[in-house]
Amino acid sequence: MIRLLLTLLFAAMPAMAAQELRFALHHEPKTLNPLAAADDASETLSYLTSGVLIRVNRLTQEPEPGIAQSWKISPDNRSITFQIREGLLFSDGTPCTSADISATLAQLANPALHSPLADSLTVAGALPTVTVEGSRLVTLAFAAPVFGIERLFDSLPIVSSKSPLKERAALGPFFLDTYKPGVELLLKRNVHYWKKDASGKQLPYLDTIRIAIQSNPEIEMNRFRAGEFEMMNSLNAETYDRLAKDMQNAVHDNGPSTNVEFLWFNLAPQSPVPQYKKDWFQSVVFRHAVSSAINREDISRVVYRGYARPALGPFSPANQFWFDAKLAPSRFDPAGSLKLLLSAGFQKQGEVLVDRAGHPVEFSVITRAGNKSRERMAVLIQQDLQQLGIKLNIVTLDFQSLAERLTKNFQYEACLYGLTNVDPDPNQLMNVLLSSGRQHGWNPSQKTPATPWEAEIDTLLRAQATEPIRAKRKQLFDKVQQIMRREEPYIFLVNPNALSAISLKVKGARPAAFYPETFWNIEHLSIQ
Amino acid sequence: MSVPPVLQTCARVLLALLFLAALSANVLAPAPYARQFREAPNSPPTAKFLLGTDGLGRDRFSRLLYGSRVSLLLAPAAAVLSLAVSLLAGGSAALAGGWWDRAVTVASNLFLSLPWLFLFLTVRSLLALNSSPSTSILITFALLGLLSWGVGARIIRAAVLQLRQAPFTLYAQACGCSPVRLWFRHLLPHLRAVLLAQFWVSIPAFILGEASLGLLGLGVAEPLPSWGNLLKELQTAPPWHEYWIFVPAALLCLIMILFQLSRPVKKEILPA
Repeated sequence: MIRLLLTLLFAAMPAMAAQELRFALHHEPKTLNPLAAADDASETLSYLTSGVLIRVNRLTQEPEPGIAQSWKISPDNRSITFQIREGLLFSDGTPCTSADISATLAQLANPALHSPLADSLTVAGALPTVTVEGSRLVTLAFAAPVFGIERLFDSLPIVSSKSPLKERAALGPFFLDTYKPGVELLLKRNVHYWKKDASGKQLPYLDTIRIAIQSNPEIEMNRFRAGEFEMMNSLNAETYDRLAKDMQNAVHDNGPSTNVEFLWFNLAPQSPVPQYKKDWFQSVVFRHAVSSAINREDISRVVYRGYARPALGPFSPANQFWFDAKLAPSRFDPAGSLKLLLSAGFQKQGEVLVDRAGHPVEFSVITRAGNKSRERMAVLIQQDLQQLGIKLNIVTLDFQSLAERLTKNFQYEACLYGLTNVDPDPNQLMNVLLSSGRQHGWNPSQKTPATPWEAEIDTLLRAQATEPIRAKRKQLFDKVQQIMRREEPYIFLVNPNALSAISLKVKGARPAAFYPETFWNIEHLSIQ
Repeated sequence: MSVPPVLQTCARVLLALLFLAALSANVLAPAPYARQFREAPNSPPTAKFLLGTDGLGRDRFSRLLYGSRVSLLLAPAAAVLSLAVSLLAGGSAALAGGWWDRAVTVASNLFLSLPWLFLFLTVRSLLALNSSPSTSILITFALLGLLSWGVGARIIRAAVLQLRQAPFTLYAQACGCSPVRLWFRHLLPHLRAVLLAQFWVSIPAFILGEASLGLLGLGVAEPLPSWGNLLKELQTAPPWHEYWIFVPAALLCLIMILFQLSRPVKKEILPA
């Protein structure tokens, strides 16, 4: 009898097996508060656990209803009214009403939160004012017209104002159950999630998501091969090629991504960089010379094995509408670079380039340790600049040290980093391109624009955000791209392809070129 | 277990040849270690590239020669530094006794239990960003040498304590021999075997220490090669048929074995 019961139990087990998806993050989330998320890991967590009013479909790029079942934009594009779904509950059972939208906006206004989202939603210097009409209707009014207003809400996670769990109460498909720092995050299915599939079945299909903290991509790949992970996002070219050899059906090249790799010099006046180096970095001639001494074709071919293309600006050609096709391509011209530098008063003393005062031209570039593509790019750039007599010192740092230097003490000279573009619309770049933006790499959080060209970029960005005619918006943003190209505060290097790997066990996956490539439709994924 | 003299001689000859090859890197290497042959990244061995090229098209054989030079020259230097500190601390503790002896014992215990990896992380973060690769490697080996005196100091302290009780030491003291003369004339010559053995076992330990740091990205900065950053390539777990990528690891193992085989025979401090 006991044997029969055991047999029945074991026979039933596969049917009862929990649907668990496993993948890895390369570093710890910096914050568990979705409103403060600024790094990839925190944004991934936010994407999986947060509810947003509108979600942009990563394949069609069209906005789709999220926790707002409908929305209406005023004719003057100054305000948007959301109709919230009925009976919405956070993961702990607390109801979600329009008051929570209002409370979320109020939290964003808190300067102590340092939320990058606040920059994206700030129009004409102010966050939108919120008018709550009943429990399901809420209107957000901006100080000036905003075109593409609805897209701004794809990245705004709504947090609870009443739940004792505060921002840990999830409105998305999953909630954070356990976080073991340095080991893993365990997300569990939110039984109160609002979404159902076409057949009326409650979503998400998965019961749990186990996210390992795995900084070593090699171990990540081995665990993927061994079936311990079901997904790998943003693969480097080498890993992609190696996986393609024996797991051809599991790898996906989704074509050029909208991500961009770039280099910038520290132009923050408060930085402890010596004045003579600040003078080099401030010089547009110096930046142009460095830019045209870098062989981007070689970076694409050698570092990315052909899975990348030289970049021209903040948007890649994959972003067909917003990319400015008239931008002059970057020419690899070391002779021209040297001529530029000599014209600016630099001199060659033997193999060493020196400035007017006789300082040898030498600077360091910081980048994240463990990111093999960036480490290799840095070595290629090192050799390219050596041809000019410039000595480049490469310093790889862990993520925390890097963030500390970039955002707090500004103890760095140049940085090699990347930008993950989530949405094709330029409004999402506000926090990066506006001089007051907190992620304005070369000189963040300026009170007033430090240079006339930054002031011009600010004006154009604000103008495009409030321009109702799309073609005119495009013209305005083209000018921004042209100024960026002319001044080169960011020296854009390459747009890598969107490479990913998904186990054949995962059903419903439709990898996209936009972040988060593999799990943008997480609620529809299941394990076979 | 004693090593047969023939084997020991062979090991020493081989080791000398390897040292010679490393010292002649700028003559033997077919290409500069930093030169990138960008048209041939990840090339298998050819007549031009004896061990193929790495991901940036740099000649692996040249990098291995230069990397070996860095490790094989600086590891003995670090061993000398470590030995000097050990001798100073262990010898003075044994001779002075009292509170100084207790202080040195506590300090050596502390250094032995120190999480040196974290210390390295801290020191690295304090280094100026524009530190050159040469500076970074000198600091790496200097730190290795300075942090690893604990074991040596203990051994030397024990040996000196033993020598202090020897009849010739007591006789010298009875004859009014000054402490300085006693140290240099009577004690130090008897410590030679201990010091030599300690020096010999420290070298492979420092080579491995640098290799471990290099693997963690804390060792030598690009583009300077060292065994640490050469072994980094193995992190990508290359397939076995790309045997040339494993050569630095094989050479490191060989050198470790050769050091073991060629180490001096242990002698008693005091004659029987």
